[in-house]
Amino acid sequence: MRHLLDTKNLDRATALRILDVAEDMADTQSREVKKLPTLRGKTVVNLFFEDSTRTRISFEAAAKRLSADVINFAAKGSSVSKGESLKDTAQTLEAIGADAVVVRHPSSGAPQTLATSGWISAGVVNAGDGTHEHPTQALLDAYTIRKRRFGADSRGRDLSGIRVVIVGDVLHSRVARSNVWLLSTLGAEVTLVSPPTLVPQNVSLWPVKVVYDLDQALADGPDAVMMLRIQLERMNAAYFPTEREYSRRWGLDALRVAGLPDGSIVMHPGPMNRGLEISSEAADSARSTVLEQVTNGVSIRMAVLYLLLAGERDDERGGDL
Amino acid sequence: MSARTVLHHADISRALTRIAHEILESNRGAEDLVLLGIPTRGVTLARRLALVISEIAQTPVPSGALDVTLFRDDLSKHPTRSPHPTEIPAGGIDGKTVVLVDDVLFSGRSIRAALDALQSIGRPSIVRLAILIDRGHRELPIRPDFIGKNIPSSRQERVNVRLIENDGAEEVTIEA
Repeated sequence: MRHLLDTKNLDRATALRILDVAEDMADTQSREVKKLPTLRGKTVVNLFFEDSTRTRISFEAAAKRLSADVINFAAKGSSVSKGESLKDTAQTLEAIGADAVVVRHPSSGAPQTLATSGWISAGVVNAGDGTHEHPTQALLDAYTIRKRRFGADSRGRDLSGIRVVIVGDVLHSRVARSNVWLLSTLGAEVTLVSPPTLVPQNVSLWPVKVVYDLDQALADGPDAVMMLRIQLERMNAAYFPTEREYSRRWGLDALRVAGLPDGSIVMHPGPMNRGLEISSEAADSARSTVLEQVTNGVSIRMAVLYLLLAGERDDERGGDL
Repeated sequence: MSARTVLHHADISRALTRIAHEILESNRGAEDLVLLGIPTRGVTLARRLALVISEIAQTPVPSGALDVTLFRDDLSKHPTRSPHPTEIPAGGIDGKTVVLVDDVLFSGRSIRAALDALQSIGRPSIVRLAILIDRGHRELPIRPDFIGKNIPSSRQERVNVRLIENDGAEEVTIEA
């Protein structure tokens, strides 16, 4: 694996390999000494052009548990705010000797540009680009679903027949896009539930079913309900009348959670808008996997960094994803 | 490519039985023994050895698996390896006599990695090394305590251990 840019082009075997290596990484995290010497001497740069807390610290924790050196680069307060281009920033990182660059950028496609432009030789991990993709989030979600379903017997299994409902602002959500591609590659059936104004135009090309009524989707008894964050910062138009109306029609409240079958889980990528897309009762219920998702995120990112950095460089064999 | 068989099924069984007796002798019984195999065939051998020792000593001896992939120092010299699960028996390894078990001892780098991996799990009081085939060419100052068979080989040759559980056959061959 040379880069991890999206889940749309991630084949089933590679996706399962990442999930299985994450199982091994998770095992090491229950030991007395959590730190592994695996990536000693490698440098991972967290290049964040957009605010993020959990994704950045998750990657930082993952890199540090594997003994890599971590350099955190936030665009705010850097030369980027003085007008430095992505190319110059990238070449600076190359000169510093970065082995992997974890990049988050408000423009869709920025990680792809970084990986294919020839500006740097480092491996590139997409940590969220615009409204395009957020592959490690989808991988940790798939891992969480698999772990809750199969427990210790998870290795090697895909998500055949598992039904996942993704609810909310699909239009602006890179998490939803990455999940749609990955979950369907792994055999899950995905249903999107969203106000008609927040459904992307090209959704007919996606391997999903689209429903506008949350209660109708929940009546089928899905195995996982994934709530998306209402991204107020990306909403430059009136997509729904009021927050209260959104919450009433598409929010996950205690009543809707109570109606779910035994064993179904409630997921949220965080940060949550409590009271808007998810109620506190739902977020704190036993079905909620919100904190498990955070823990699993570290294992997934350890697996991705390991697969990117540990082996011999496979440039020659065209090992691009 | 010519392969010749250096150990047959019965030879492997005899070697394991002898190693089992040697382990019991040096440990003065089966007390506090834990056998940890290095994936993949080491795990099979550790399980078999534990069974033989349990039968001789009439007391259960735990065995498990110790993956060393994440502790190797030669990761960047090979295509990316997938790690294997590590399984530590319920009693843990603190204060125990841990016998590391592997099929072939060659450079000694797996064993060095195994010692590091052990350290992240706990602190055994004694660590010993049991090996089915010692083929020489050590790159580190590491020496096995229990050896099934010494097989002098050249660096270019391949030593293949096949076990019923892993490969459906039971033999050790050497390939030029």
